[in-house]
Amino acid sequence: MEQPIYTLDQDIQDFIANCLNLEHPESYLIAALHKVQERYGYLSEKHMDEVAHLLQVPTSTVYGVATFYHFFKLKPAGKYKISICLGTACFVKGADLVLDAFKTELGCGVGETTADGMFSIEGTRCLGVCALAPVVTINEQVFGNVKPTQVTEILHKMKEAKPTGAKTY
Amino acid sequence: MKYVNAIIDDIPVSVVEGTTIMEAADKINAHIPRLCYHPFLSTEGACRICVVEVEGARNYLPSCATVIQEGMVIRTNSPQIRQTRRDLVELLLDNHPRACLTCVRDGNCELQNLAYKLGVRDRLFAGERKRHPIENSSVSVIRDAEKCILCRRCVRVCSEIQGVHNLSQMHRGFRTVVTPAFEAPMDDSVCIKCGQCINVCPTAAFIEQDATEIVWKALENPDLHVVVQTAPAIRAAIGEGWNLPAGTYVTGKMVTALRRLGFDAVFDTDFAADLTIMEESHELIERIKKGENLPLITSCSPGWIKFLEHFYPELIPNASSCKSPMQMESTLLKTYYAEKMGIDPEKIFVVAIMPCVAKKYEARRPEHYMKENVPYTDAVLTTRELIWMIKAYGIDFVNLPDSDFDAPLGYSTGAGDIFGSTGGVMEAALRTAYEKITGEKIQELEFTNVRAIEGLREATIQIGDLSLNVAVSNGLNNAKKILEKIKSGEKQYHLVEIMACPGGCVAGGGQPLVNAGDYVYPLDSETVRKRQMALYRIDESKELRKSHENPFIIKLYEEFLGEPGSEKAHHLLHTTYEPKLPRGIK
Repeated sequence: MEQPIYTLDQDIQDFIANCLNLEHPESYLIAALHKVQERYGYLSEKHMDEVAHLLQVPTSTVYGVATFYHFFKLKPAGKYKISICLGTACFVKGADLVLDAFKTELGCGVGETTADGMFSIEGTRCLGVCALAPVVTINEQVFGNVKPTQVTEILHKMKEAKPTGAKTY
Repeated sequence: MKYVNAIIDDIPVSVVEGTTIMEAADKINAHIPRLCYHPFLSTEGACRICVVEVEGARNYLPSCATVIQEGMVIRTNSPQIRQTRRDLVELLLDNHPRACLTCVRDGNCELQNLAYKLGVRDRLFAGERKRHPIENSSVSVIRDAEKCILCRRCVRVCSEIQGVHNLSQMHRGFRTVVTPAFEAPMDDSVCIKCGQCINVCPTAAFIEQDATEIVWKALENPDLHVVVQTAPAIRAAIGEGWNLPAGTYVTGKMVTALRRLGFDAVFDTDFAADLTIMEESHELIERIKKGENLPLITSCSPGWIKFLEHFYPELIPNASSCKSPMQMESTLLKTYYAEKMGIDPEKIFVVAIMPCVAKKYEARRPEHYMKENVPYTDAVLTTRELIWMIKAYGIDFVNLPDSDFDAPLGYSTGAGDIFGSTGGVMEAALRTAYEKITGEKIQELEFTNVRAIEGLREATIQIGDLSLNVAVSNGLNNAKKILEKIKSGEKQYHLVEIMACPGGCVAGGGQPLVNAGDYVYPLDSETVRKRQMALYRIDESKELRKSHENPFIIKLYEEFLGEPGSEKAHHLLHTTYEPKLPRGIK
């Protein structure tokens, strides 16, 4: 039987190997998943399977934990990461409607990525620019006073232009 | 032992420290309603139906998961508690399809029974209901998540008894669903198809893949010669379908019923069980002579074989290369029998009645095909499916006269009958191996020390000057213990019997479901024991009890196969296994 080939970075493999020497190694599952997500941005099936093997925790359990906590991402983020501020001020000014508009326009939900891998949507906490509420950031670019009706146009521009520095829309 | 005192419903109780409220209440005959609880599985506390009132506690407490403390004053019953329990069941029902009338578990559903018992007569809550497609990728087990009430019994049986860990709870809250890793279809998972999830499920969230339709069709097809074989464990359990007590053996009625259904010939898998012993004991003796690939591990249980391929591929050389009795019987039906009768094997339709849903999978393994599109076993029905067919046909099963199996593939010795119980294959093999090795007649026929009712048993059997170390296990978590010892070399065994299901085939995933009641749970050990005893009684009642004395087996070798282990026997009766990708852990 051939040995499984691990693709996880060596230091993460070492971290997990070290957990096996500690009491209740299975309790380090979340810590291990954190490390994987920090490194690769999300948890791929291959990586979850490797964590399971290395830590000797059933893969079904690993996937159960990964889907239980919203923090864990199971898909890679899109080329354009759309963050909609859901802080109090933005929310009061209609951020939920803006979020809905993005979801409808892109056909994907919060924490998800479009099929072409271009856009992903997530909600964020207060970004500290309440004066511009509702605020949306796409990669490094900031959009203020966003109305749901502008969403189509914003996405259109993003598709055409290359990401640039900060700019108020 | 330390005792603690408490008062339950005004009755003082004194119980061993660590006893739960539920266990203590059971002792004074106060039956607290329960749903997710199962005595063989870990405590889950998921359903909350078993809540009780404890004086001084802020909330009602789940009695299955609360240990009695000194001086506790407990009430298991009050209008408020009954109302709470009823509300909980109403909430479960609100999130459950209203399909009882057409559900396969109608009449034998723990949720339905509980709803009736707690007085749910109307559905008060009408909210959103979870929606999941039926997942029927597997040839054995269908998963219907809409009927799942998240009691996690399947998750627990899959990990705690079978050691497979295929199922887990994914996502959270309203979206929670029980699936294999990555929400993969059952067919693309480490599921070993044992069907114990079906056995423990209180509703119909897990059911077997239905094969009755193609069997009805075959029976109606005038071009086909439709034959049937029945596994050892069927005769000891099928009567339960008509409320006969567990362990009533009804071999004769079963054969009559199968003839009435229209099968052209009715054969017995037990015949092939005798044949398995011939081949397997030959294999054992050869391996002992050569001193290689020991221990020999039995290969009758397809759930175990899939487990081996996923989790212990390095031990594949140890598994017996013998096909299972079902496959041996089917192979002979399409070769030996076809030849004898002058029937084109492609016109023979072989149906196997099995206590097992993994057999449905085994029959579809590519190595068990005669040629493309011609499997040796055309259809596998579980005991439950056969019960339904007999009922649907309108046969008064209980009052049927007895009749005998057809010759030549329908005669078996007592050794073949006990295959259906854990330890049975071992005992049958020892009876034959003893006489083959020593050349003497065996004095003590019954090897009661390998009847592993408790799940795991080891013994040393003296055969002439050979000390044979043997082990018998059922439930794959028990098997793991032996497999680890084999791997580490801690113990040198010669022969190991492994059955996937706890108790052996009599408790397989295709057997009649235990009618769960107040103190009777799925996997009920009393029912399993009675089914086992029935097989041992059949064995005792037979004149011939050693496989190698079966006259039809002797004739089969003379006419067709040559001798055990011959090239022809190898070609027809043996098979191969291959490693499968594991997901997760051993």
